[in-house]
Amino acid sequence: MTQAIKDRVRAFVIENFLFGDSAYELADDASLIENDIIDSTGVLELVAFIEDDFGIVMADADIVPQNLDSLARIAAFIEAKAAVPVSA
Amino acid sequence: MCGFGGYLGSIRDGKPLLERMAAAIGHRGPDERGIFTTPGAGLGHVRLSIVGLGDGQQPMSDPSGELTIAFNGEIFNYVELRDELRAKGRRFRTASDTEVILHLYEELGEDCLSLLNGDFAFAIWDARRRRMMLARDRMGVRPLFHTMSGGTLYFASEVKALLEVPGVSAEIDPIALDQIFTLWAPIAPRTPFRDILELEPGHLMIADQNGVTTRPYWQLDYPDRDTRSVYTRESHAAEELRDLLTDATRIRMRADVPVGAYLSGGLDSSVISALAAGMTPQGLRTFSVTFDSVEHDESAFQEEMAAALGTEHSAVACGAGDIAGDFPDVIRFTEKPIIRTAPAPLYKLSRLVREAGLKVVLTGEGADEVFAGYDIFKEARVRRFCGRQPGSRSRPHLFRKLYPYLPGLQQQSAEYLAAFFGAGDVALDDPLFSHRPRFKGTAATKMFFSADLRAELKDYDAAEELVGRLPAAFGRWHPLHQAQYLESRFLLPGYILSSQGDRMAMAHGIEGRFPFLDHRLVEFAARLPPEMKLKGLVEKHVLREATKDLLPPAIGRRTKQPYRAPDSHSFSGAGELDYVRSAMSGDAIAAGGLFNAKAVAKLYEKCQSRPASGFRDNAAFVGILSTQLWLQTFTGRSLRKAAAA
Repeated sequence: MTQAIKDRVRAFVIENFLFGDSAYELADDASLIENDIIDSTGVLELVAFIEDDFGIVMADADIVPQNLDSLARIAAFIEAKAAVPVSA
Repeated sequence: MCGFGGYLGSIRDGKPLLERMAAAIGHRGPDERGIFTTPGAGLGHVRLSIVGLGDGQQPMSDPSGELTIAFNGEIFNYVELRDELRAKGRRFRTASDTEVILHLYEELGEDCLSLLNGDFAFAIWDARRRRMMLARDRMGVRPLFHTMSGGTLYFASEVKALLEVPGVSAEIDPIALDQIFTLWAPIAPRTPFRDILELEPGHLMIADQNGVTTRPYWQLDYPDRDTRSVYTRESHAAEELRDLLTDATRIRMRADVPVGAYLSGGLDSSVISALAAGMTPQGLRTFSVTFDSVEHDESAFQEEMAAALGTEHSAVACGAGDIAGDFPDVIRFTEKPIIRTAPAPLYKLSRLVREAGLKVVLTGEGADEVFAGYDIFKEARVRRFCGRQPGSRSRPHLFRKLYPYLPGLQQQSAEYLAAFFGAGDVALDDPLFSHRPRFKGTAATKMFFSADLRAELKDYDAAEELVGRLPAAFGRWHPLHQAQYLESRFLLPGYILSSQGDRMAMAHGIEGRFPFLDHRLVEFAARLPPEMKLKGLVEKHVLREATKDLLPPAIGRRTKQPYRAPDSHSFSGAGELDYVRSAMSGDAIAAGGLFNAKAVAKLYEKCQSRPASGFRDNAAFVGILSTQLWLQTFTGRSLRKAAAA
């Protein structure tokens, strides 16, 4: 499950932030901020992607580097969220 | 004002060459044209006549014929200098400031530069010593480029004149491109044109049979951090500032033609307009640009200020598509790739001034560098503040306060704000501390460089080269002064004054004058204690104190709104034009050889589908498009043809 999520997120990051540069060696735990892959607008794009593609509603408190600053963290966050039913 | 070109060396057909060089920069001086040749040297000049309308023709020689000058700019204290020279027995044949330089040079040689208060670039042919002296003003308001070809030195106000020289062709300098995509501007003397250099601000060049030597005659300097400032009382500093600014404006009103003013609606141009209005009994004319996007438009403040001063105000609207429509011309005049579209509305504004029949405008440019007005100065202070408590969740919220006009930032958590601004992991002794986040963020645009360009650049680091250019005293200055130096010494002449100032105004034969860049004011401000400039997070504090009686309270208290224009959004939707599609097409990108066609295609698609992309995407889009246009304009590579192939 995690690997499938990670692959989808990786594809999004490569397409949207690395503009198709698949040669970029993006390690699972590499910081997206420190490696200049996302800026403040990029975070919002990432949030929109997670909400749209995974059907997850993200609260403001969720939007922190601990949840979103690497492929591994994003995948873990999505998996944890997906396991919890979203209440209206 | 004006433009000039020339050479030192024995060449055939000097006069026709000078004619061609003058024609290439004819927009700088539509009123008159003159050529001077002598064995081994030549000067050509195009004139925008402002002072000494009937007798200031150039190139101008002294009565002996041994000294000849070609001059671009104005010497604002020429009246006082002429009086002093007359008292010494010198006789003047003209009412021009040009002749004052000739007399001063005859008296003092190159030391004459220390007496000149003005915006200038000039060349003096000294037949007695058989040498050419080139000089440029202290802050770099006026341009001067040069190159060597076949053992001859050629120089001109714009590069396009040098491209008329046989054997000189345009080829992009990859290092300069890397600098633009990192620092926003090339590090002088480098230009985007390989083998074409510019004379640095505050420098002079002597060229003779022994070769060429270049040296500074003035340098921007700040006191050591621990030195007690001579300005201990704010009221005294404000009073002196007011006197200096008033005089700087007064001598910049000197012209034999009407002088108008740009009015952005911000503090700086409002102050200058207010001072100028008080010196213009016949009524001041003011000019501004408006935008149809709320986040860029300041028209309400412009109208309020114009009404308060009673100026005859004219505004030009910059709507969707206007920037895209003018952009190819803008690049023809900037002569360099740029990563923001901000020069384009100013190009349109100078056209408005020309259509209104004026030739000279005052501007508020320079105040942000001199009195610490830019957000980057405040940002550096907040980053240092955060760095003292890296774990703090409350301190990073200050970044939101700094950038209320950036909606994306308002939605970020404290953790993200700290991470984006490098607030948790600060190297306080980094000489580029204040600018490191900007340089790092901009350098991210280099991901679009082609594999060939990357291979050519190898491990080149523009920021490190910048560090190597800093003066020895830099490390002893207060952090605010370090940041001010970086802005004033590099970005101001390299981008603001050239791309947004001289080149956009002179494209329509308009002379911009900059009271805040009077060197007396610059030197005074450098000696002020930092807290008088940036007080807490209030920028330009002492300037506000010195001028508060001049402005309506709403303008005097305004927080700075940086001058910005729509970037990639200008080229989508209504602004999308055929040339944009062609220049950004895969074939054209491949033909240029500088960028990765696949990545550019994705960027293009992203910017077309979602207008509100972040800084990196906007800067990359504008940078790539402007580079493509630069190639097309100056190297003759037909991107259109490539796109159609």
